[in-house]
Amino acid sequence: MQFGIFSVSDITRDPVNGVTPSEAERIDATVNAAVKAEEVGLDVFAIGEHHNPPFFSSSPTTLLAHIAALTKRLVVTTSTTLITTNDPVRIAEEYAMLQHLSKGRMDVMLGRGNTAPVYPWFGQDIRQGLPLALEHYNLLHRLWREDVVDWEGRFRTPLQGFTSTPRPLDDVPPFVWHGSIRTPEIAEQAAFYGDGFFANHIFWPKEHTQRMVEFYRQRFEHYGHGSAKQAIVGLGGQTYVAKNSQDAKSEFRPYFDEAPVYGHGPTLEEFTEMTPLAVGSPQEIIDKTLSFREYVGDYQRQLFLIDHAGLPAGAVQDQLELLGSEVIPVLRKEMDARRDPEVPDAPTHQSLVKAKYGDADPRQPRPNANRGDNVTGGSPYQDTDEIAGDGDSTGESAEEVSA
Amino acid sequence: MSEQTTHSAFRLVVVNAGISDPSSTKLLGDRVAQSARDIAEQRGHTVAVTTVDLRELLPELSGALASGLLGQRFTAAVDALREADGVIASTPVYKAGPSGLFSSFFQVLDNDLLIAKPIALGATAGTARHALVVDEQMRSLFAYLRALSVPTSVFASTEDWQDKSLGTRIDRAAFELVLLMESGFERSVRGESWRQYQHEYGSAGGTELSIDLNSDLMRLATGGSLAPENAGITGIDEG
Repeated sequence: MQFGIFSVSDITRDPVNGVTPSEAERIDATVNAAVKAEEVGLDVFAIGEHHNPPFFSSSPTTLLAHIAALTKRLVVTTSTTLITTNDPVRIAEEYAMLQHLSKGRMDVMLGRGNTAPVYPWFGQDIRQGLPLALEHYNLLHRLWREDVVDWEGRFRTPLQGFTSTPRPLDDVPPFVWHGSIRTPEIAEQAAFYGDGFFANHIFWPKEHTQRMVEFYRQRFEHYGHGSAKQAIVGLGGQTYVAKNSQDAKSEFRPYFDEAPVYGHGPTLEEFTEMTPLAVGSPQEIIDKTLSFREYVGDYQRQLFLIDHAGLPAGAVQDQLELLGSEVIPVLRKEMDARRDPEVPDAPTHQSLVKAKYGDADPRQPRPNANRGDNVTGGSPYQDTDEIAGDGDSTGESAEEVSA
Repeated sequence: MSEQTTHSAFRLVVVNAGISDPSSTKLLGDRVAQSARDIAEQRGHTVAVTTVDLRELLPELSGALASGLLGQRFTAAVDALREADGVIASTPVYKAGPSGLFSSFFQVLDNDLLIAKPIALGATAGTARHALVVDEQMRSLFAYLRALSVPTSVFASTEDWQDKSLGTRIDRAAFELVLLMESGFERSVRGESWRQYQHEYGSAGGTELSIDLNSDLMRLATGGSLAPENAGITGIDEG
């Protein structure tokens, strides 16, 4: 079981002292939070992607590469990478690069985003958001698995004999999570490819999450990737923890009441009752988090939102301290004890390499010499037979990894 | 035409946006309900009336509007409407429009919750100059929701309460409502044409859970390609 934190990268005025951090301060604080997450024993750090103020995270791979360089064990990922407005070719390239630099300590979560104006900024149309996401991912999936891709679709210029570089580390594509709140097509796509499914979980009653995860699990089994209970599920959560319950509530309440997404709406108590929000003592956080598996089954990754709505950097560090010392160790023990032994862990680079190669050495692609035209032909790598660019298959590298 | 022989058990829901209790708005809704019950019973049906007093939902309204989260009372109201065979909606007129509470309540509901349901519309006001609020504002709201408004609008200004013709309009609207419930229109639309309307996963008050695995989008989700540019994509059309 992996535990981690995810941030939307909002730069929000602290409603208690009235101060809005600068972009520089908030970016530094986020890096520090990620480093602290590893120090206190968490496994994963995830950052969102936005292209408008008051958010800073327009370039997730740059941030994550820096964090990977400052850490030893932490898995860096996104929450989410916009599969709609990003060119899948750029996603393939940037995240493969991140995979190399982090030595495989990364994966990626894809989502559609919820900001309507962002689509035209990148030449896309939000009314086509869902087909765009689905088509883009079909292409991304191939770009990481086939050295040479011929492709034609509706939303992007065609590709002829295109090679995305660098090839994934050890020729093993990064593991992909698909994030969705209520779109069965996204769950279906995750299940079809045997990818992970991540339910944001935090703004919605548990019934939404339960239904979507159940559908994904059934379809994962249908497509032959394993039994339903072996499907790879991640959940969001939202916590504020203090030594005792009353302090947690009184400290968090001003941030909750003014929070950009749900502030001035439901009360802290109502939101706690209706959503996964947990505000209280370590034991209260533990109890609430342990209840999640009762409606989604045993799952592999739990991410907590702990740094939004203007919470100051110091409070975030304190949260991490308490999560790491008093919450996560208990959750780890309790969840391991309850877990069905047939339920696998979340895939890591090591496990995917093992699944693909067993004890053999992984493929290390070495390019052929530049032919001078900057256009790669049928076989740009030394270990692959030259074939005509018929777009069919490129041999070993085209095989799918079934984890 | 053969005589109506089917005897039904109708569930009627009164949505009352009156703020005080008693209020003329609640009274109007109740009178339409009572009349509909009498008419239906004369025709051999039974009627169970549930009243949703929107004032009781006020504490949950801010959360519902701000985040879409429905509290217990809201959920109970949605459940009642989902199961209703007929609806009576009654609101006071404030500032020349249906009350904010009334409009907000229906704006929070799923778009497909009221499809094809017969609904009688009523409004109260301090002056007869608001008489067209029902026809010009409330009807368009329920048209958007694809509910089936009865032809007679029931508007009651202060002076109407002493006029026998209000009772006549109430009975007329109630009779129309009963006929539409009897017709089985909602059942047929939902039974035979439900898929022709746009739905979201989990809409219709949490009951719209069927997933069409044969849509263009599902084929695209599973590695397929889209039809050429000029062909429509089923399942994502507006409306």
